[in-house]
Amino acid sequence: MPRRIAIGIRGIGHRVIDSTWRLGYASRFFLLILLKSGTSLRRFGLVIRELYFTGVLSLIIIIVSGLFVGMVLGLQGYETLQRFGAESAVGTMVALSLVRELGPVVAALLFASRAGSAITAEIGLMKATEQLAAMEMMAVDPIARVVAPRFWAGVISMPFLAAMFSVVGVFGGYLVAVVLIGVDDGSFWSQMQNAVDFRYDIVNGIIKTCVFGVAVTAVAVFEGYDASPTAEGVSGATTRTVVTSSLVILGLDFVLTSFMFRGMS
Amino acid sequence: MQRATMDLWVGLFVLAGIGALLFLALKVGNMGTYSSADGYTLVGNFENIGGLKVRAPVKSAGVVVGRVTDIQLNTKTFDAAVTMNIDTRYQFPKDTFASILTSGLLGEQYIGLAAGGDDALLKNGDKIMKTNSALVLEEMIGRFLFDKASENKDEKNGKDDKD
Repeated sequence: MPRRIAIGIRGIGHRVIDSTWRLGYASRFFLLILLKSGTSLRRFGLVIRELYFTGVLSLIIIIVSGLFVGMVLGLQGYETLQRFGAESAVGTMVALSLVRELGPVVAALLFASRAGSAITAEIGLMKATEQLAAMEMMAVDPIARVVAPRFWAGVISMPFLAAMFSVVGVFGGYLVAVVLIGVDDGSFWSQMQNAVDFRYDIVNGIIKTCVFGVAVTAVAVFEGYDASPTAEGVSGATTRTVVTSSLVILGLDFVLTSFMFRGMS
Repeated sequence: MQRATMDLWVGLFVLAGIGALLFLALKVGNMGTYSSADGYTLVGNFENIGGLKVRAPVKSAGVVVGRVTDIQLNTKTFDAAVTMNIDTRYQFPKDTFASILTSGLLGEQYIGLAAGGDDALLKNGDKIMKTNSALVLEEMIGRFLFDKASENKDEKNGKDDKD
């Protein structure tokens, strides 16, 4: 019996040490990316290539989902607000929920599953086929050449994608509320502009997307770099990227929101 | 893929992103209509501000002329000192009347400025002397009930006298 208890305690300790070690490894890796990103910023062509793959190719899913999210918000907002006779406030509701929460969060979730998983799979496969090792043999630093450009491309494209998501969402809300249902066009825009503050709502939303961009791409490149070099390992790492970054986005969102909008009207 | 086409797409992507940010700032947000950068401050002391909040609009004749920037309790007089930022385009005479009003029945509260007839204008940092507190529903109901009760009492007393 004491043996069993000892084994149980040892299991807990093993897990704690393992996860702490991994966290430390990830932070050191993150620091290493920042230290070695000088080369990739000087050779900006590398970043532009990755911007194409992470940013431009994610546009379709971001724009289509933004449109539908905005349209649903318009419908649901109208449905609830018309009970109080406040259907002209539907623009305010759509814009505030998109700019503050849904734009950054949903765009980041889509970005994690569209671009983050691709980054992980690509780097993981490079590792499995020993391309990273080959680079090191040629005295090319794989972190500077492969990891850092992907990281910066993700960080740069995330705010733009979220902004486009919000704009397309507002347009979707406009389409449903004004064109389809017939809420007054003028009060839709003017109430929105009255309620949405540049500093408190829009800038805070942009700060959120920047934080999410860093978090998602950092998780993605780390999982790719850390993947065990087998087919199984790469698939596991891709799954972990999507799961971890989604959880990180939602957790960070709560923390950021509680700092930004505490006591705000 | 050709390098040039890739560059083109990324350029378009970045331009569209900046365009989206500008659209958010100007069309969705209030950057285009009013900025607090160029304005002057006025202070008003209110006995009771009700549900007035920071960033609430300051209106004159229904036009938004500024915003509330700060609300503090004055610990000497125990009234609320409300600081507001007014657009420099709008100047008000010294005897302007500030009152806390409600837009609609359940709407948000704002400060309404009613201009007086004085020739001297309010300057940066000036204090608005004439203020009118917010109507608090509970106080109104309480006063109403009190009045009703005292009325009934008077009637009863009157009847007693007759008897």
